[in-house]
Amino acid sequence: MHEFISQPWPWYVAGPLIGLMIPTLLLLGNKKFGVSSSLRHICAATFPAKVSYLAYDWKKEIWNLFFVAGIIIGAFVAVNFIPNPEIILISSATSADLNALGITDQSGIVPAEIFNWTNLLTLPGFVLIVVGGFLVGFGTRYADGCTSGHGIMGLANLQWPSLVAVCAFFAGGLIITHLIYPVLF
Amino acid sequence: MQNIKYLIMGFFFGTLLYKSEVISWFRIQEMFRFQSFHMYGVMGSAVAVGALSIFLIKSLHAKAINNEPIEIPDKKFNVGYIIGGTLFGMGWALTGACPGPLYTHLGAGTSVMIVAILSALLGAWLYGYLRPKLPH
Repeated sequence: MHEFISQPWPWYVAGPLIGLMIPTLLLLGNKKFGVSSSLRHICAATFPAKVSYLAYDWKKEIWNLFFVAGIIIGAFVAVNFIPNPEIILISSATSADLNALGITDQSGIVPAEIFNWTNLLTLPGFVLIVVGGFLVGFGTRYADGCTSGHGIMGLANLQWPSLVAVCAFFAGGLIITHLIYPVLF
Repeated sequence: MQNIKYLIMGFFFGTLLYKSEVISWFRIQEMFRFQSFHMYGVMGSAVAVGALSIFLIKSLHAKAINNEPIEIPDKKFNVGYIIGGTLFGMGWALTGACPGPLYTHLGAGTSVMIVAILSALLGAWLYGYLRPKLPH
C-alpha cells in the first residue's frame, strides 16, 4: 500500500481530487478556491504602507493564509513520508528540447543547474527565479487570479472572463517557452 | 479554532500538488510545448469535477455548514485579465510554478523558491501601488 501511494499520482487521480477542493471549501465556509489572493493578504498584513489596494480588513480572509500554511506543511509531510522517485519521467520530445537548450540535468523537480542559490546572480538564475517570481506576483494580482482562481474555480463556474485569463496565461507561457528560452539559454 | 479546517484542506492540496508532479518545472515545459497530456489531464479533470460539484450545489441550493447560503460572485472582466494574465503566464513558464506550487516548493525543499515567493510578494505590492495608473 505504501509502495502504491509512493508512486507519482496520475492525472485522473489528482485532477478530480483537486476539483473536489471547490465544493469542500464552499461547503466548509462559503470560501472560493484560490491561492494568489494570499499574496495580497500577506502584503496587507505586513506592509500596507497607505496603498489603497492593501487597505482592507485582511483578517477577514485569514482562512486563505491558513490554507497556504497547510500547503507548505502538506508538501513537507509528503516529501518526507511518501516521496516521488528522483527522476520524473517526462516526454522524450521535451527532454530533447531541453537538452538542446543546455538543460541536461533533468532529474529532480526543477533544473538543478539553474535553481540553486549560487546561480541566483547568473542571468538564467536571476531571470527564472527573481523575474519569474515577480511576474507571478504582479501578473496574478493584475489578473485578479491564478490557475486555481481562474483556471480551475473560474472555469468550473463557467466564467468567460476566467477563460480569457487562462488564454492570456498560456500566451505568456508560450512567449517565454518558444521565443525567450531559445535566446536566454 | 475555526480556521484549522482550512489548514487541513491546504495540507491535502499541498500533498496533491507534490504527488501529481504539478510542481515540476519539467512538467510545465511539457505543457507549454504540448508534448504531454499530463497537465491538461490534471486541470481538465479538476475543472470537470469542480463544474459538476458547483452545478449540484446550485441545484440543491446547498448551504455551508454554518448555514450561510453558498454564493459565488461572477468574475467581472477588465483588461487587466489580459495584460496581467499574460505577465503571470510568463512568470509561470519561467519559474515552472504558479502560486500554489510556489508554496508547495517550500515544503518540498526547493529552498531557493523562497526568493521567488519574496519576489512575487514584491510584484503583488508593486501592482497595488501602481494600480490607479494601470489600465483596467
